[in-house]
Amino acid sequence: MNYLYAAYTATWVIHIAYLTTLVRRYSRLRREIAELKKD
Amino acid sequence: MKKVFPLLALLTAGLLSYALYEALVVAPTEQTMGDVQRIFYYHVPSAWTAFLFFFINFVASVQFLVRPNEKMDRVAGFVAIAIGVACCIADFAIRELPSGMHHGSIATTGLAATGLYFAIRKLFSEQGVDILALVTAEVGVVFCTVVLVTGPLWARPVWGIWWTWDIRLTSTLVLWLIYVSYILLRRFSTSGQTPVLAAALAVFGALDVPLVYFSIWFFRTQHPQPVIGGGGSIDPRMLRVLMINWLAFLCFGFLVCWSRYRLERVQRDVEETQALEALLEPRSAVR
Repeated sequence: MNYLYAAYTATWVIHIAYLTTLVRRYSRLRREIAELKKD
Repeated sequence: MKKVFPLLALLTAGLLSYALYEALVVAPTEQTMGDVQRIFYYHVPSAWTAFLFFFINFVASVQFLVRPNEKMDRVAGFVAIAIGVACCIADFAIRELPSGMHHGSIATTGLAATGLYFAIRKLFSEQGVDILALVTAEVGVVFCTVVLVTGPLWARPVWGIWWTWDIRLTSTLVLWLIYVSYILLRRFSTSGQTPVLAAALAVFGALDVPLVYFSIWFFRTQHPQPVIGGGGSIDPRMLRVLMINWLAFLCFGFLVCWSRYRLERVQRDVEETQALEALLEPRSAVR
């Protein structure tokens, strides 16, 4: 059972880690757009 | 589009939760392996989803390479049609297929590949196919990573080892390394030729996908033989849960691709604007 839970947890950790990088890229982009609008 | 995305995200989250419930609670327990066999419902759909995204990456890369040349573009279109027709003929002509392969599957695969080629051609611009290739490679690598992590976690209690250098496992690792190098190339190369080089790498990298997929059909490996199709048997209840999980991961994968595609488009627009601004105001750029 431990291996089963480890596999399912690992799957979601990998997906959430990738989604986190996307969210960070989105917020960086939003900052860049705001700076462009200011200029 | 802004309203559709949250709705689709909510539906996908619901489907993923339902698929998890089906995998952990509803699916019958396998007799020899016990509960650990339930890793199957995450491992196999992740592998199929990764293969699909790598195939889309291959088609998008081919189109990125041939589109600037009208003649090459036309030839590639004919080749795509020829592949579809050849697969249909092969399906009728080959009487004895390898065990595990059904009549109709070759024709369906060929026609789906041809259909996908022309769908991408119609829906995406020249810059669009480049972004599509990048996005599908990234999401494909994420799913392939899941396969490479869940595989050993399943192998340890069943085979007694984490890893073995047999053809299925090794070719999957090579596939992952090829696409990681593709992403690294796109991320760190500053040359103007980067998209072309990456597309060429992707075209050759995609050759590993059929090797991974068919390795268990044509070679004797430690990895189990196919359980779907004529080569093996799977309980219909297990097959149902597997398909629900695959559908859930497909929806999730396409949603992530969509989001990443939008991000890349806006990113490129911003970079273009920044470059224009730097050109118009050279003093501020120096500062």
